[in-house]
Amino acid sequence: MSFEIPIGPQHPALKEPIGVRVTVDGEIIRDADLHLGYNHRGVEKLAEQKNWTQNIYLMERICGICSHSHATCYVQGVEKLMEIEPPKRGLFIRILVSELERVHSHLLWLGVAGHEAGFDSFFMYVWRDREIVMDILETISGNRVHYAINTIGGVRRDLDELQAKHILDSLEVLRQRSEYYQKLGTTEPSFVARLAGVGYLSKEDAIELCAVGPTLRASGVPMDVRKDDPYAVYDEVPFEVCTADTCDVLGRTVVRIKELMQSYNIIEYLLKNLPDGPIAVRAPRRAKPNEVVSRYEAPRGENIHYIKSNGTDKPERLKVRAPTLANYAATIKMLKNGFIADVPLIFAAIDPCICCAERSVAIVEEKTQQERIVTMSSLRELNLKITNYQARKREAEWPL
Amino acid sequence: MLQKLTQWSRLKSPWILHLNTGACNACDIEVVAALTPRFDVERFGILLEGTPRHADVIICTGPATRQMKDRLIRVYEQTPDPKFVMAVGACAMSGCVYRGAYNIIGGIDQLIPVDVYVPGCPIRPDALIEGVVKLLDKIKQGAK
Repeated sequence: MSFEIPIGPQHPALKEPIGVRVTVDGEIIRDADLHLGYNHRGVEKLAEQKNWTQNIYLMERICGICSHSHATCYVQGVEKLMEIEPPKRGLFIRILVSELERVHSHLLWLGVAGHEAGFDSFFMYVWRDREIVMDILETISGNRVHYAINTIGGVRRDLDELQAKHILDSLEVLRQRSEYYQKLGTTEPSFVARLAGVGYLSKEDAIELCAVGPTLRASGVPMDVRKDDPYAVYDEVPFEVCTADTCDVLGRTVVRIKELMQSYNIIEYLLKNLPDGPIAVRAPRRAKPNEVVSRYEAPRGENIHYIKSNGTDKPERLKVRAPTLANYAATIKMLKNGFIADVPLIFAAIDPCICCAERSVAIVEEKTQQERIVTMSSLRELNLKITNYQARKREAEWPL
Repeated sequence: MLQKLTQWSRLKSPWILHLNTGACNACDIEVVAALTPRFDVERFGILLEGTPRHADVIICTGPATRQMKDRLIRVYEQTPDPKFVMAVGACAMSGCVYRGAYNIIGGIDQLIPVDVYVPGCPIRPDALIEGVVKLLDKIKQGAK
């Protein structure tokens, strides 16, 4: 007998609203279905109303964990459209922040994985050390989460000697701690027993279902945009693409810890070879009619922005394909034939960033099954119509 | 006497429920960061709970998307009295950068009553702690 269990949208195991409907046979999951859209805010439509510079602010707020990824991906595309080349020092600082972001994101994930596996002290340890990276980011950019360091044509803040020294000193601590986590995460018997064999995704399936990022690399496919299609200054930075061949959650943990080590090396290289010069060039206000696809290796995988300009100071179309969206198909495959107890762990293992992935403007009409694209103005009207019906209850008492 | 006891226990252990109503994750990681060793709100007896039925304080992040609207109200109804709501971050207060988007209600306070607003985009964990302290003051004075 099969039985359906709904998980989410608000569920202790999920940090963000998403619905998973799993069909189970006893304890074993036979099928899984994802319900999306709880976090859809209409970022792509909003972007069409704002000019190129204002959009940087919006792009950062697609996601709080990989905010620099989206901003950089967008800015790179716009720079191509405007045909400007940011100065070398600007690019170095931009990549420095993106590697720091990778470190903070991977540490965050490591902690969450520990938490989902029932290893809460690991979670607390990792998050304590994550504060070191947050401090570095705060000294560089002034913010803990949305760094706002990108601008079209370079970066907004320069780095001085003292900051570089502070970062190098902090890196030493982080390196030692990460080595400890590597030892703990891969040898501690109960932790390994919990992770090994969970959420199996074979190499063939991973390629077929277009998985990206650490999920793909943990299935033994060495694919990384930084190596395959180097952007910014990655072609001159020495680093390795980390893979694992266990194809399970343990492999994904190992890949992320290895990537942490690589990121430390990259940060050290960037700081020691930081060129002199300006950090940004002046950007024009308008871009010629053109279109561009920008790729970026976010902490969770490949991030793609498609930008179309029409000669004005606003984009005509902006499409965001976040890495989590690419990993959804693979997640369903991983969930199948697993245990219910493994759902949070498998889900956490792709490092889901639901707010990144919630993009859609197409509306499917239920009766006719026809898809139609609605315009912004009609949606606005709809919005007004709906909100006008509800009295604003700012001062009033709650009518319950 | 009993009232005093409940008041005391309420002040010493406000359990929180973290509800994401369409936030960009930034406030959410800062809320979690507030629970971890650097800031450690657990020393004030604040504990993150998974279910609304165990919670005293709902911490809402995000601008309330249309999809989450009904769920937000339902979660609010499920929380036992007395319950308090904190709108955390600029989104939960007014919608922030998403204000005017077709899928956004724009502010938690249009759906449920809010006790404390914590501004910031995103909030800092310190700001969250201050918000909780203010809420506790409010409970102490019996103003609800």
